[in-house]
Amino acid sequence: MKSDALWLRARVIKAVRDFFWKRGFLEVETPLLIPANAPEEHINPVFTLPSSWQLQTSPEMCMKRLLCAGHQKLFQISHCWRSDERGSRHLSEFTMLEWYRAGCDYQELMTDCEELLQYVASTCRPDSRCFERNAMTINPFAAWKRISVQEAFSRFGNSDVLDCLRKGRYEEILTSVIEPALADFGTPVILLDYPVELAALARVKPENNTLAERFELYVGGLELANGFSELNDPLEQRRRFEEANAVRSSAGHSLLPLPEPFLETLGLMPDSAGIALGIDRLVMLTAGVDSIDDVVAFTPEDL
Amino acid sequence: MYTVADLKKGLKIILDGDPYLVVAFDFVKPGKGQALYRTKMRNMINGSLLDRTYRSGESFEPASLEERQMEYLYKEGEHYTFMDQQTYEQVVMEEETLGDAKNYLLENLKAEVMLFGEKAIGISLPNFVNLRVTATEQWAKGDTSGNDSKPATVETGYVLRVPPFIEEGELIVIDTRTGEYSTRVKG
Repeated sequence: MKSDALWLRARVIKAVRDFFWKRGFLEVETPLLIPANAPEEHINPVFTLPSSWQLQTSPEMCMKRLLCAGHQKLFQISHCWRSDERGSRHLSEFTMLEWYRAGCDYQELMTDCEELLQYVASTCRPDSRCFERNAMTINPFAAWKRISVQEAFSRFGNSDVLDCLRKGRYEEILTSVIEPALADFGTPVILLDYPVELAALARVKPENNTLAERFELYVGGLELANGFSELNDPLEQRRRFEEANAVRSSAGHSLLPLPEPFLETLGLMPDSAGIALGIDRLVMLTAGVDSIDDVVAFTPEDL
Repeated sequence: MYTVADLKKGLKIILDGDPYLVVAFDFVKPGKGQALYRTKMRNMINGSLLDRTYRSGESFEPASLEERQMEYLYKEGEHYTFMDQQTYEQVVMEEETLGDAKNYLLENLKAEVMLFGEKAIGISLPNFVNLRVTATEQWAKGDTSGNDSKPATVETGYVLRVPPFIEEGELIVIDTRTGEYSTRVKG
């Protein structure tokens, strides 16, 4: 990787850290090697021998236990691992930013996202204060678009999201039709209110129990962050984990152990919201490059 | 068998009975969704391109291709026959499959033949071949027309541009990658 890219990466990470410190968030470090991640249908952890503990797929379990312990505003920048994920936007080992707020819901996180991207653009791209992706300029200071997932599927994909899910076409339509359509907006776009099937750890909307208070942030068609109002009902959470394991089992994937201490304390968690943002992708966006390979010191193939 | 995790640029697999080369690959995975493996593949027999998307759990048969040195023997109509000098095994290749390579095939020329099972699907020639000029116009001394090349026919029937000083009966070197005249074989 070129020295320019390494410096830019360091500047982006410093800007992110400064942003949260200035707002009074507590920066935490939690263990990377854990006995159990949140079981999800399509996320495969990396297991270690001989303990058969797992590298974290996200710091979510430990961050939420800190919310249960009474901390209000937390952030962490840490490495995460997901087995067999490698492509132009994926590394099996990558860097994730997560932040959590007690006493808030996903709406406040959307505001955080706006302010964070504005701060990163101002400090790391001071001349234009905009991002560039595929020859499009994306201005984080202009009013952001917020579109519901249902509306995005009907407007850009001419289809119904639940129908696509049932027919196994969800990922295809999302990545080949909707994401390219979102790239044409000159501002970041927030897709919100996902079907509950696509939100294993999120709270359902009070007025519609088929939808979850979950959103994804897209910039220039690049998926950058996933946030939601946190589910804090331990029974419902256990049911969803077991359901995820049932789906994994029927798809021929291994059953994953449940994070029991997390489930035991979840009842103490206040209403909260949390979000994960890919740091490597934020650097890609700030650098204006298309491949994640261009923003890391080493790829697995280099090792 | 290969799985989706083996997919990458350069992988050769069998699809609907034909060998395909993966020429572009990306891994796509939207948040909380299933992984998609997007490929662009080239049919190694007819060159056509194909876009295919796979999901985890799918598998592929590897295309085993073998490159063997063979000698060109003769042609009959549009069929060109090659022979392995070690095993005396013969294979026939169609003119269409040979493409431009047919311009340089002179009896006894040695070339690398790509085999898919029993079938010859491609050929790599030496970068340079020597061929004799069988017909070209005499260069008039003192020609000031400014033409720095003229057409010449070589012994395979191939016609190319050569410098004006090349005469009938001369042996010339042709670059098989471009089809162009390279130099004259002296002596």
